[in-house]
Amino acid sequence: MQRNPGYWRLLVGLLLAVMVCATVHAETDDTAFAEQVAALNARSFDDKADAARAIASSGHPRATTILQALLDSSLYFRVIEGDVVLAEATDDGFALTDPVTGEAAGAATQYEVRRVVINNAIRGEVRDLLARSGLTSDDPSVRREAVRQLLDNPDPAIAEQIGGLIDEEPRADIRRDMALVLGLSRLQSEAAADRLLALDSLRGSLADRVRNEVRTLANDDPDPAVRAEAAQMLAGIEERRELWGFAEQVFFGLSMGSVLMLAAFGLAITFGVMGVINMAHGELIMLGAYTTYVVQQLMPNHIEYSVLVAIPAAFLVAGSFGVAIERGIIRFLYGRPLETLLATFGLSLILQQLVRTVFSPLNRRVSTPDWMAGSIEVNAAFSLTLNRLYVIAFALLVFLGLMAIFKRTTLGLRVRAVSQNRAMARAVGVSSARIDALTFGLGAGVAGLAGVALSQLTNVGPNLGQGYIIDSFLVVVFGGVGNLWGTLVGGLSLGVLNKFLEPQTGAVLAKVLVLVFIILFIQKRPQGLFPQRGRAAAEG
Amino acid sequence: MAANEITATRLIPQAPHRRLLHGDLGGRILLGILAAMIVVVPVLNLMVPADSPFHVSTYAVTLMGRYLCFALLALALDLVWGYCGILSLGHGAFFALGGYAMGMYLMRQIGDRGVYGDPVLPDFMVFLGWEKLPWFWYGFDHFWFAALMVLAVPGLLGFVFGWLAFRSRVTGVYLSIISQAMTYALMLAFFRNEMGFGGNNGLTDFKDILGFSISAPGTRVALFMASGLALGASYLICRTIVRSRLGRVVTAVRDAEPRTRSLGYRTDRYKLWVWTVSAMLSGLAGALYVPQVGIINPSEFSPLNSIEAVVWVAVGGRGTLYGAALGGALVNYAQTLLTAWLAELWLFVLGALFVAVTLFFPRGLVGLLRRRGDGS
Repeated sequence: MQRNPGYWRLLVGLLLAVMVCATVHAETDDTAFAEQVAALNARSFDDKADAARAIASSGHPRATTILQALLDSSLYFRVIEGDVVLAEATDDGFALTDPVTGEAAGAATQYEVRRVVINNAIRGEVRDLLARSGLTSDDPSVRREAVRQLLDNPDPAIAEQIGGLIDEEPRADIRRDMALVLGLSRLQSEAAADRLLALDSLRGSLADRVRNEVRTLANDDPDPAVRAEAAQMLAGIEERRELWGFAEQVFFGLSMGSVLMLAAFGLAITFGVMGVINMAHGELIMLGAYTTYVVQQLMPNHIEYSVLVAIPAAFLVAGSFGVAIERGIIRFLYGRPLETLLATFGLSLILQQLVRTVFSPLNRRVSTPDWMAGSIEVNAAFSLTLNRLYVIAFALLVFLGLMAIFKRTTLGLRVRAVSQNRAMARAVGVSSARIDALTFGLGAGVAGLAGVALSQLTNVGPNLGQGYIIDSFLVVVFGGVGNLWGTLVGGLSLGVLNKFLEPQTGAVLAKVLVLVFIILFIQKRPQGLFPQRGRAAAEG
Repeated sequence: MAANEITATRLIPQAPHRRLLHGDLGGRILLGILAAMIVVVPVLNLMVPADSPFHVSTYAVTLMGRYLCFALLALALDLVWGYCGILSLGHGAFFALGGYAMGMYLMRQIGDRGVYGDPVLPDFMVFLGWEKLPWFWYGFDHFWFAALMVLAVPGLLGFVFGWLAFRSRVTGVYLSIISQAMTYALMLAFFRNEMGFGGNNGLTDFKDILGFSISAPGTRVALFMASGLALGASYLICRTIVRSRLGRVVTAVRDAEPRTRSLGYRTDRYKLWVWTVSAMLSGLAGALYVPQVGIINPSEFSPLNSIEAVVWVAVGGRGTLYGAALGGALVNYAQTLLTAWLAELWLFVLGALFVAVTLFFPRGLVGLLRRRGDGS
């Protein structure tokens, strides 16, 4: 090295030169970019469009922010200085941000700034530019969003770019969507052979746009081979979409059925096991839902866990109300079912009005935690909403829990003993009064759990429970009184039946038809799907 | 066979007296009050000058007319609940159907005075873009036809529902819940515009009835008198039924249905008969109610209305007929007072009434009065 000081110097010099050049280049880059941004404040729309294109092709990290601001009408220029700024409306004017550096640039009154006005042509172009830059983003969710955008608003120029990007895309799902965009755009090719190839590449997709495009080809394509191929493909798509549509309806039906089932479990215990008509059951559900709301208000920073806290809380709140109702009213009315019905109905009015007085008659929104939001997309025609999936799972869990309590615990044994033969149960030392209170409390608590589930699906209001009381009675009666399996099957089948009737008749008429169906069903089988056998049935 | 028949008639004791109201002090008082009201209220409203302290405003007359309609509904409900042991939670459906039948007649009387001025179609049909009147609206421009339908439609629904239910021996709580489901289903159905009954808004904006303006004081008084007469006549009808041989069997069904059945009575037919009559009386109450309030909409079908009617009967005293009528009028009067004074309190009071009546006063107001009478 020492022998060649010249090289050494040269090397250092070169390095220095490169570094200086780089900085200079970076500076010139920023200044050039700033100029392009300033050019957005041009007189003609053509110039503005040119400037937007230049910004998009600059590759500057702030480019997307500025273009987005242009779309959102939050890009302004200062009347006196003439430079372009990002502005956000405040109470007394605007807070300004430097578009190039992203640093705060003071404030301005509404007279000092004016919006950079664009027309719809530029708007469309800017949107495309954004989509294009989104395609090359490092963030997969941005890329996915950009591709989705293209699926909805196809653009042949960008689609061709995708052809170059598709092989570099690491994510399989995005790659699939990209292939769709590409295939869709190639459907417009001049050569019939290309169109056939494109059709082939779209095989297997069920997306709306694919179906529409294929249908257009099947009807209007000049080439008979393409027409035949498209028609055949269309038939396949329709068939599979129908199949998936069927699956979706089953899913919706199951989800509705699981709600019915949850609402009916509590009733299956109080009505089925104890023979008590509890018209305030719907209000116990409502109390559970309000408990979820209150828990969420108490822990606003931990919404994710609030549902987990709400489940035991709702069980306890509704359960203790249940015990109080049993001790205070129902125990005086055993053996007088019609009187029980009236008294508990009065109670339901009181509870509703109580909630109205405490929480206001307006509906309350319970927010869904993030881990329950969203959906699992199986394909374009079928996706599973997560919160409904969780409700189905929760209903099954509650069912298993109740089965375990009834079949495996001492409490369950005693409950069954009392419901089958009260006198004999007392004779062997079961405190029937205590068991009555506990059973009723258990039924009420399960109603509270149903309220937690409902609060994730609908708004929480004083009338929440009212809508479910008749339905849940019907589920219990349909499934067979005193039988949890009957409630499970009854709830799920009524839910599915309802959802299958809905498309043909509309939601309201479907409900009416289901009601009529049950009324007629009870004609045939007064004891429900799973009639009780043995001594208890004979006495009832 | 002949021997059997003799035994059967002997088992049912004949009514000891021919006179309908013999020993029925409450009924006599009720009819007396009704007769007095029918005479006095119109005089106080039409003849006494408005500034006199004895004047009864037209508003008050209409209000009392409504109470009488509710009393009639309670009476009809007591016939099935108090004497036959069928707790119906769906009598509001019969009431509302009668109301709709009357509302359809009143709708057709509007003629071309509606907002759209169509000579045949009611406003809501014009609004929905319907071309012609649906078939089930035919005939409702004649009062006699509407009056027939007021009884026939609820009667038919009651007959079909009762036939299905009693034939397969749906009793007790099951029947209550199914009857509630029936009125709930009807409510949902009537909320639909496609049903052709005005959907959510129902039928309203009535102009006249039998050629008289519906808002004129004279018409109001006439409607009030008609309600009073209907209540009185219905009381006598119910009383006749209850005291007849059929009524005895019905009471026997209430107390021990399996035993009555074993004695050879077709209990389902007896129940069906009483049930259908009760449905028709409820329809009559609804038909008199609608011109007095000026609107009928699907919320009349709501299960709460039906169950409220049950509490009127319970408060008055079930199984007495006059007690039920009294309860229907009194509870509604209390509701008017309370909602004007403290609207939020009403549901608390109503709820408490349900609980208190079942727990502490199972025989209602009549039972309270009787106990006091016995004690002294």
